[in-house]
Amino acid sequence: MHQIRYKSFGEKAILIEWQPIISIEILDDMLLFQSKILTQKKNLITDIIVGYHSLTIVYNDYIKNYLEEIIILQSIYKSELTIEKKPHFLWEIPVCYEDEFGLDLEEISKKTTLSKSEIIQIHSEAIYTVFFIGFLPGFLYLGGLDSRLFVDRKPNPRLQIEKGSVAIGGKQTGIYPSNSPGGWNIIGKTPILFFDAENEKPCFVSPKDRIQFISICKEAFFEIQEKMKNQTYQFQHKIIYD
Amino acid sequence: MIKILNPGFYSTIQDKGRIGFAKFGVPISGAMDLYAADFANHVLNNSVSDALLEITFGSCVLEFLENTSICISGADFSPLLNHSKITLHKRIEVHKNDVLSFGKRNYGAYAYLAVKGGFRSEIKLKSRSYFQNITKEPLLKKGDLLSISSINEEFSTSNASIKFSNHHFESKEIHCHKGPEFEMLTDFQQKALFENTFTISKEINRIGYKLEELIENNLPQILTSAVFPGTVQLTPSGKLIVLMRDCQVTGGYPRVLQLSEKSINQFAQKTTNDTFCFSLLEN
Repeated sequence: MHQIRYKSFGEKAILIEWQPIISIEILDDMLLFQSKILTQKKNLITDIIVGYHSLTIVYNDYIKNYLEEIIILQSIYKSELTIEKKPHFLWEIPVCYEDEFGLDLEEISKKTTLSKSEIIQIHSEAIYTVFFIGFLPGFLYLGGLDSRLFVDRKPNPRLQIEKGSVAIGGKQTGIYPSNSPGGWNIIGKTPILFFDAENEKPCFVSPKDRIQFISICKEAFFEIQEKMKNQTYQFQHKIIYD
Repeated sequence: MIKILNPGFYSTIQDKGRIGFAKFGVPISGAMDLYAADFANHVLNNSVSDALLEITFGSCVLEFLENTSICISGADFSPLLNHSKITLHKRIEVHKNDVLSFGKRNYGAYAYLAVKGGFRSEIKLKSRSYFQNITKEPLLKKGDLLSISSINEEFSTSNASIKFSNHHFESKEIHCHKGPEFEMLTDFQQKALFENTFTISKEINRIGYKLEELIENNLPQILTSAVFPGTVQLTPSGKLIVLMRDCQVTGGYPRVLQLSEKSINQFAQKTTNDTFCFSLLEN
């Protein structure tokens, strides 16, 4: 049981905040609470937005009595509802780190005094936890970047970073799900698409899923890219119960 | 069908937006001024979820390729039907080959063109609202052909007139609630928010409006958390940003205020150099 705070947020939302730290334990507590709220109030809610240490509950209608609603949420939090445990997935994401795509590997190598192959090894050895999706449609906030790879954002952001670029910004690593301007350091590119507006579930990844990057060569990159286009690519994933 | 002869500065199809997709990082979008959009749909007896054409700052020209009824609401960009002036907020019958043009701006920033039965553009994630990488196009371009619902009912002539409130454009008071980080501000900073007059800067679009005046800011950034249209963020430089309909779903700047739903619509109709005050509502 965590100390959590409830705040009204405009006319239709309640913000629930945990301690302001990034931790998997807090993520678990938030996701459990989210499931409990969904079993109790699914029809009254349009969305629940997960942040690093917050859930924001968005209601269909104006909230008439905040205090009353907060008391209901508090009792849901404390309730011993048994929630069917949903499995999470470990997704293997192929990334080509070759020079053509790893635009900033050279620079990171200078800044960190690691060789390019060490950077690639450290980046692809780790298993990252998905905290939530935000910033851009299909952009994953990942935890678990090795501190040896912490590199400041570029002072002059690029006007265009290509969809699929894998990058490091400060203490985070991430994948650009669409072409966008951005200041992160680009280390490679994945042919996997993280956002598909044709799909009712437009991003295949959920909070608490894990990501592992698999280093691939350029030939494999284009092969997978072609399969993504023809919708014949088989996602490599394992089921995790925890 | 309607043919776009000149898309003007920034024209899009909008409805109520993508509700329930924030968990995938998808912005809500939807008409900047939902009050004006609802109004135009009401006049035509449409459903409030019917899609409209949103026109920014005038200079848009289009041709009707079939008969229909229309209603224009929101900003006044001196609309002409075949070179004759037409009134806002009224139902108007149009015929095949009629040309509708928007010209000089008298007031407001966003005008809405509703057609009987609504625009029939593609639906992506339960909405027709244009958005980069979600709909095929982010905005209308010259030569676009837009499907509309074909008319199959005769209208009654009793045009119950509803009044569009002028207050919607004239009010300089923007109502808001305290944002989640409001209490982190000092008394001095809180006072500054409510006692100063603010000016809208040149940096405005469907994502957000940046304000000119500075609020002294010594707050730390926050861990990334939810934001909405109407969230007022305090950036490290001390400038305030009022987020609008196409804003991201999460952000890392302190959220000091949250505009009321009604005030978001009023605020949307303001533009560069317009001034206003924030006024606090009781939660």
